[in-house]
Amino acid sequence: MTDAGNGQYLCIKFFKATYMKPIFQVFLMAIAITIVMSSCGSKDSSGENKNGETKLQGDIKIDGSSTVYPITEAVAEEFRVDQPGVNVTVGVSGTGGGFKKFGRGEIDINDASRPIKSQEDSICKANNINFLELKVAFDGLAVVVNKQNTWITGITVEQLKKIWEPAAQGKIKTWNQINPAWPKEEFHLYGAGIASGTYDYFTEAVVGKSGSSRGDYTASEDDNVLVQGVSGDKNALGFFGLAYYEENKDALKLVSVDNGKGAILPSVETIKNGTYAPLSRPVFIYVTQGASKREEVKSFINFYLENAASLVPDVGYIPLTTEEYQAQLTKFQEFTGTK
Amino acid sequence: MKKTSEKIIEVLLASSGFITILTTIGIIWVLISESWGFFAEIPLSDFLFDTQWTPLFTEKHYGILPLLTGTFLTTIIALVTALPFGIIIAVYLSEYADKKFRATVKPMLEILAAVPTVVYGFFALTVVTPFLQTFIPGLSTFNALSAGIVMGIMIIPVISSLSEDALYAVPKSLREASYGMGATKFQTAFSVVVPAASSGILVAIILGIARAVGETMVVAIAAGQQPNLTLDAREGVETITAYIVQVSLGDVQHDSMEYKTIFAAGITLFIFTFLLNNVSYWIKKKYQERYE
Repeated sequence: MTDAGNGQYLCIKFFKATYMKPIFQVFLMAIAITIVMSSCGSKDSSGENKNGETKLQGDIKIDGSSTVYPITEAVAEEFRVDQPGVNVTVGVSGTGGGFKKFGRGEIDINDASRPIKSQEDSICKANNINFLELKVAFDGLAVVVNKQNTWITGITVEQLKKIWEPAAQGKIKTWNQINPAWPKEEFHLYGAGIASGTYDYFTEAVVGKSGSSRGDYTASEDDNVLVQGVSGDKNALGFFGLAYYEENKDALKLVSVDNGKGAILPSVETIKNGTYAPLSRPVFIYVTQGASKREEVKSFINFYLENAASLVPDVGYIPLTTEEYQAQLTKFQEFTGTK
Repeated sequence: MKKTSEKIIEVLLASSGFITILTTIGIIWVLISESWGFFAEIPLSDFLFDTQWTPLFTEKHYGILPLLTGTFLTTIIALVTALPFGIIIAVYLSEYADKKFRATVKPMLEILAAVPTVVYGFFALTVVTPFLQTFIPGLSTFNALSAGIVMGIMIIPVISSLSEDALYAVPKSLREASYGMGATKFQTAFSVVVPAASSGILVAIILGIARAVGETMVVAIAAGQQPNLTLDAREGVETITAYIVQVSLGDVQHDSMEYKTIFAAGITLFIFTFLLNNVSYWIKKKYQERYE
């Protein structure tokens, strides 16, 4: 018997021993009837929600960057309170993965931690997908190490390049190769995967060419995996959005970055005033024209831009100014022809 | 003279059997045709002997060795965990335990097999790794050891259930002859019955290996996502299965080189499990007759 077959065999034996007993089946029937009756009874069929706006129904599919995910998810949660009839799902395939789906019309909104690339743009045009780019927040890329790392406090962009450029693959492996004062131990790298906008952005800012990086590191589009990895490994060095550092402050150590003008730690101020360079960047959402014709999507995007100023700082990102959000809102309204 | 309805049912049943054969052939066909394109560009020697696997990045290396050692390391650890427990449980249930004990414990063992593998992976990452980190120095968050141990726990039911069936099939006369010679229960169990059932136990072990080699979720979550050519179980490794998941969930272009690596990895995996299943079938066929 194959291993899958054997697993099935054992499951069937278990199934027969418990679920096939009559008393269990009566129990299941009782549960089923209760569920059906309760779902029939409690649908609120009035036409308005508590704010007096019309109640909307529908599905909104969002996917893309894991960096922008916390913002979009926070907005979606608040939106669901307002409009429980609208089902908003947010995926995390990475900016690149999201744009793939976006270009095929499979999702309505793409979270992106970098602007759309020209190839992705051409694919959208080829599939007749008109879209709008909306800036929603600023983000800084935090360089982090394990809490037990006592030797590093700051790193220069030059050193980061030496660690992460393609030529380093297999050759640059120990801390002392970067700075002779550091120990002669192997470092373990954790970073964004290739579908991640963070990856494109980091490689462009540090190595000089987008997508150009060494290959021997733990790559993941899910920043939570990277947080887990760095917090459990003494010789770890990783990068991800500042928000993920803020969430896990007690398990990680932040490293300052020096681009020639002094060592700067990422924070709301240094990202807003641009001194934390080159690792601060704007993040976006992209929406298709087809989707923005739907009432629930219009309502969601309006809600997003109206509430971003308060929700964005809540999740650890840097909000745009009120005027900038207003400008994005106007841009969206012109796009949908409702101005 | 068969009635028409009988004939129709016969055809339907035959075609159902046929569908499984067709599916297997279909899978083999897809694997071969897609990896053909891969092996046309990458020489087999590179594939088998290069020590780095970085097909997604700028400096591309296509050596399968790091993924193979990842799979191999986690499988060995799983076996070392599962084998002693599995066989001891099987011997106890078949030789020592009374009927009531058997009736309670066997379903519980089968529950171990019914737990979803993703839950096992999460368990390895959040419970086993921190626990091991308290007494193993230098254990990183993603490591082969926790993943291997949890995989071992997962395949205990496979090994114990099949071994027990093998032990049960040993004729009573062998046991009685052993007792007649004055052997203790322990001596009978381990010196007579277990060797007599060794072909069945070997089959159980091989199926356990096949299950561990093909396991995806536990290693994808707990063992790591970086191909690493090492035999140190404290480091993170990536198995063939975890690599396939990593690339499939991402953003590679259809028909690009990166896309074809999925099939190259897949066909390697397929060859291994196919060989293991065939070896177990052959052992069963060849050695089972001796003791009946």
